[in-house]
Amino acid sequence: MATKTIRVDFLARIEGEAALDLHVADGQVVTAQLNIFEPPRFFEALLRGRGYAEIPDIVARICGICPVAYQMGAVHAIENAVGVAVGGQLRALRRLIYCGEWIESHALHVVMLHAPDFLGYPDAIAMACDHGDMVRNGLALKKTGNELIRILGGREIHPVNVKPGGFYRVPQRAELEQVAENLKQATENAIGLLRWVATFRFPEFERDYEFVALRHPDEYPLNEGRIVSNRDIDIAIADYTSQFEERHVAHSTALHAVVKRRGAYLVGPLARYALNFDRLPASVQALAVAAGLGPVCRNPFRSIIVRAVEIVYACEEALRIIADYEPPDAAAVPVEPSAGTGFGCTEAPRGICWHRYEFDADGTVRAARIVPPTSQNQPSIEADLVGVATPLLDQSDDVIRSRCEQSIRNYDPCISCSAHFLKLAVHRS
Amino acid sequence: MESSAVDGRKRPLLAVWKFASCDGCQLSLLDCEDELLTLAGAVKIANFLEASSAVEDGPYDLSLVEGSITTEHDVQRIREVRRQSKHLVTIGACATHGGIQALRNFADIGDFVAVVYATPQYISTLATSTPISAHVAVDFELQGCPINKAQLVEVISAFLAGRKPAIAAHSVCIECKQRGTVCVMVQGMPCLGPVTHAGCGAICPSCRRGCYGCYGPMETPNTAALAREWRALGATPRDVQRVFRTFNAMAEPFLQESNAHGD
Repeated sequence: MATKTIRVDFLARIEGEAALDLHVADGQVVTAQLNIFEPPRFFEALLRGRGYAEIPDIVARICGICPVAYQMGAVHAIENAVGVAVGGQLRALRRLIYCGEWIESHALHVVMLHAPDFLGYPDAIAMACDHGDMVRNGLALKKTGNELIRILGGREIHPVNVKPGGFYRVPQRAELEQVAENLKQATENAIGLLRWVATFRFPEFERDYEFVALRHPDEYPLNEGRIVSNRDIDIAIADYTSQFEERHVAHSTALHAVVKRRGAYLVGPLARYALNFDRLPASVQALAVAAGLGPVCRNPFRSIIVRAVEIVYACEEALRIIADYEPPDAAAVPVEPSAGTGFGCTEAPRGICWHRYEFDADGTVRAARIVPPTSQNQPSIEADLVGVATPLLDQSDDVIRSRCEQSIRNYDPCISCSAHFLKLAVHRS
Repeated sequence: MESSAVDGRKRPLLAVWKFASCDGCQLSLLDCEDELLTLAGAVKIANFLEASSAVEDGPYDLSLVEGSITTEHDVQRIREVRRQSKHLVTIGACATHGGIQALRNFADIGDFVAVVYATPQYISTLATSTPISAHVAVDFELQGCPINKAQLVEVISAFLAGRKPAIAAHSVCIECKQRGTVCVMVQGMPCLGPVTHAGCGAICPSCRRGCYGCYGPMETPNTAALAREWRALGATPRDVQRVFRTFNAMAEPFLQESNAHGD
């Protein structure tokens, strides 16, 4: 009887710090544990007592890769609490800055972090020796996504221009027309990237996931919609806790989000795509089909193709918004604080990110709760690892280890975001 | 100093280390889209887990350190990083001043834990978030939340060339003048620019809002005089305390000023 443990001490090419333990007994993977040792930073605690207008600036710091996602979830929750709706061009500009984040975040992951797995390189810089055009293509895409965030947000990491009710300042048409030229080139680059990643060799692996994503009546979802799944979930954003809960799991030091009475679910590109294929423009659908995807993809390794499809979509959507743009009269609608509770949920690049805030009458935060995508995906990541590793047990530990790392990177896990869900206690010196 | 030989030349070894942080400052290195491949030719990126699974042993010529110290394990780890590094540069507000997570330093950590976690069981955090300089010697501190990527390239270039980085220590006000932005305080908006370290390019005033101090204090800031101006513009003592107590709350001038105000 063979019992062994395969361990990866530091997972590379993910955002944040984590390790993996695989326990094997009698030819079966018994447990796969994704151990997060990213130190917690207590955002929900430190937000208490802060002013509502400070929230977008503070929650941006949860994640340097997807700050716009946190800002968008926060402003929607604040507006929900005080009964304000943001429409028209301001709503469109929010969608536009989010497109920028999808482009930069997905391009970073597809080219710099994930593609090296499929082609056998330790990183994109080494990969550039043989695939220089594609690495430069990816960097150009990332730059264009960042440019969009910079024009709308002031800078690419932790933008300063987002506020409850809209923006501090809105751009002139000419500023956006400048980036439109780059976006046209970016669309071509994204299509090239999509065709390239479609040629990769993918492990044969599928699971029957419960996909969870936002769904909007007419758009591919970014900022708004209902929370739906491919089983029976179809709820308002405010009702998240009626269907989902976070559990302590004996073998892990992290909380895991699960569907009540059912278990693991998956958020992110695969879920968004499967639940909203009909919301993609026909041109993007055709590119996806040409890249070998059906309307549903259950192979997590192919998520790299879905990300590339979403980059194409985000470029086209950004161009559409810019073409229709007229500067609004006011940069923001007035938001007056009042006592209450508000909810927000948006599609971060890695999947839905849910916020809930309670406010005093003067807008001071009484309580905050944020459920980031990576903590929702943790049970799915571990279930994938059991399935991926078991057929490889007759191979070397190195083979198993590298396939498991690749498998975790399928999720583009953002550990910095999820770490405030670590279970812990305190050293007092 | 061990270096790798490529094209017959020795390339200096660069390492990037992460402690408690959002990853944004090390992402700034990957955000150097136009310079990244050139940089990779000038230095050997020997340890950069966010970007590469290839890790080389030290010692390293230059270590960039992101994040603050919040666990006992990290107290030990930063000492080892220092031992392995010829030069150690902190990047960002967390590594330089303790970051937003240093707000725990003003609260009861047990209370903080209880707010976030239902049943705390394992011991893995300290009651404080402290900057790297509280634990080891630091050769240069690059301020900002996040850092400016052009300044990062300047710092790397300077250390490789053996010179002092050319990073201006003046306030955000100078940057507003340089870009021709009309002063927002003159228009009645409280702004932290007069006491805040330059480097961001004065982006908040250019977006018609006051600076909120994410680059931390400039050299010799007069925070008390600015706080009086804020009060004159209608800011409450709580507003003043909050703004000094955000991303660089443990920076000494901001700490003292925030302690002088409150509800």
